[in-house]
Amino acid sequence: MGEKYSKVTLLEAVNLAMKRAMREDDNVIVLGEDVGANGGVFRATLGLREEFGFKRVLDTPLAETMIGGLSVGMAAQGLKPVAEIQFLGFIYAAMEHLVSHAARLRNRTRGRLSCPMVIRSPMGAGIRAPEHHGEAVEAMFAHIPGVRVVIPSSPARAYGLLLAAIDDPDPVIFLEPTRLYRMNPQPLEDHGQRLPLDTCFTLREGSDLTLISWGASVHESLQAAAQLEEHGVSVEVIDVACVSPIDMDTLEASVRKTGRCVIVHEAPRSCAVGAEIATSLYERLWLDLQAPIQRVTAPDIPPPLFRMEQHYLPQVADILQACDDALNYA
Amino acid sequence: MPLTIKVPYTRYLAPDGQLQSSLPAWADDPDLLCRLYKQMRLTRLFDQKAIALQRTGRIGTYASTLGQEAIGVVIGELMHGDDVLVPYYRDTAAQLRRGVKMEEILLYWGGDERGCAFVDPAVAQDFPPCVPIATQALHACGVASAFKIRGEHRVAVTTCGDGATSKGDFLEALNVAGAWQLPVVFVVNNNQWAISVPRKLQCAAPTLAQKAAGAGIAGEQVDGNDVFAVYDRLQEALERARRGKGPTLLECMSYRLSDHTTADDASRYRGEDEVKQAWAEEPLKRLQNFLVEHRLWDEQREQDWLAEAQKRVQAAVEAYETSVPQQPGDALDYVYAQWPAAKADQRAMWLERVSRGNGEG
Repeated sequence: MGEKYSKVTLLEAVNLAMKRAMREDDNVIVLGEDVGANGGVFRATLGLREEFGFKRVLDTPLAETMIGGLSVGMAAQGLKPVAEIQFLGFIYAAMEHLVSHAARLRNRTRGRLSCPMVIRSPMGAGIRAPEHHGEAVEAMFAHIPGVRVVIPSSPARAYGLLLAAIDDPDPVIFLEPTRLYRMNPQPLEDHGQRLPLDTCFTLREGSDLTLISWGASVHESLQAAAQLEEHGVSVEVIDVACVSPIDMDTLEASVRKTGRCVIVHEAPRSCAVGAEIATSLYERLWLDLQAPIQRVTAPDIPPPLFRMEQHYLPQVADILQACDDALNYA
Repeated sequence: MPLTIKVPYTRYLAPDGQLQSSLPAWADDPDLLCRLYKQMRLTRLFDQKAIALQRTGRIGTYASTLGQEAIGVVIGELMHGDDVLVPYYRDTAAQLRRGVKMEEILLYWGGDERGCAFVDPAVAQDFPPCVPIATQALHACGVASAFKIRGEHRVAVTTCGDGATSKGDFLEALNVAGAWQLPVVFVVNNNQWAISVPRKLQCAAPTLAQKAAGAGIAGEQVDGNDVFAVYDRLQEALERARRGKGPTLLECMSYRLSDHTTADDASRYRGEDEVKQAWAEEPLKRLQNFLVEHRLWDEQREQDWLAEAQKRVQAAVEAYETSVPQQPGDALDYVYAQWPAAKADQRAMWLERVSRGNGEG
């Protein structure tokens, strides 16, 4: 039994999960830029320094490559670093350490060394932030064998998935949609229960069409489903949540049932996770499809500065249009 | 005017094996000196054998450690068993002295990941050789952070070449090591060449050791071909780190007598005179001259040790060449702690592909 809260934001859920993980296991270490005295620029690490001290909550020098490399060394020594990259647009400097080291150390040493580390980073557009603060590049990480990529879309999933990510014996990239950080607080019990890292979450059952999404776009997908229901269309909504590895069995079963599928994500379209999901669905059930799979995505452009970001992000109307196309396909 | 920084330089033994200044007290230990020599001799023999194996197609590309044996052997000699080595790819000398087996080194360069599984418990926490330049310096800082957080009196030692000091990773590592006073020692094996690019094109600073100044840490140069100099200064750096007194950047001046790797031809970009001069200053002969002159070594002992070393190298080659093949599933079984159920179809595809014998015959 844990403390029960009546209203917890996704951001607070992340904070609660880190606190619990740090209480449960002394090996859990939090590091990053401004995570200590300041509690993180979004306040995700608020109170950690006060409770766990300087040795376990480390304000690093301002160097993302270093945060990546340091985490690899710590993890190889049996610590469980939970590193924060302040915004996803700054993670590229750490990519070499993720791709060439974190993801491979276990394989390179035939299991002698491993990298049980988590890189947390805020992701996505929609909060009128400056340039390079609105990236949704989960596909870059999903392409790396040896890491898991997790994106929560609710406080409860943020809590349970982050605890599971910290437990996981392999590196996990944990991406937190900034647009959801303070949106729609939910009741949450700090019970310590983990959520699985290898299953999708079916948020709404339906029989006519499957809406597949993850991250912040899950919310527009749910709104679209609610509107369609008013018109007598029964929509199943699935939050993929773990975009690598992907639980294709759940997605396949749903689309086999509905015969129609729309994939919604805010990342640019080409070579995105939506492309992988669509291809896998075609491989598994193309004869069962009643219509071509539709994708609602950003175009292949850099995230625009914030005056245009509402057009960049998939809106409910865009999703409804794609659903319409799928439902009315001859 | 460029900022001038004074960097200490240490050398005891001149290239001809004559003492340039009196030796420190620790050097009054004939067993130690002979042990260092024997290990350097063994390393060179093994290194030559590895090149021969590559030339006859029995291993893949290999990065020779020829001419840099003093640096690696002293690192291995001085590190404690529970310290951690985070090496780069030209570290056969240090790896062997630490306890990595010759057949493991051959397996690695022979294209088999089991070469970095390191069965000897003495090296169970050492890193595999790092190929992406300078990235290992940051891993060593992470290892050292773990030591410091846990309050352990252990040291991480990381190595790299002169080219690696140009990379951001190296500078970020020096920086955090200083900011956090980490128990780490950075050994730069300045062998004058980064494949075809000479030291002077790498950086305008007169020494690489002075990069330590920007990070607020200790930095110095030694003659990397003088086993006494390397031993003396590395010993102090390790002790300093172990006592919690901070990191050190130790620039060891040496020379890459070999090509960059067996896939390289250094005659394309450097002159014979330079290499000839470097041979006159190499570390093994230098130490041998000293030991012979001080009657600590002679031709008989040399022949006896060479015969023993040959035997060990040959045994390793045989162990390498008779090692059982990997299982096909090994390529997948260590990517995750447990192969994800979501990728079960890929496992089946892989096993079928291997069973088809693709690429064979």
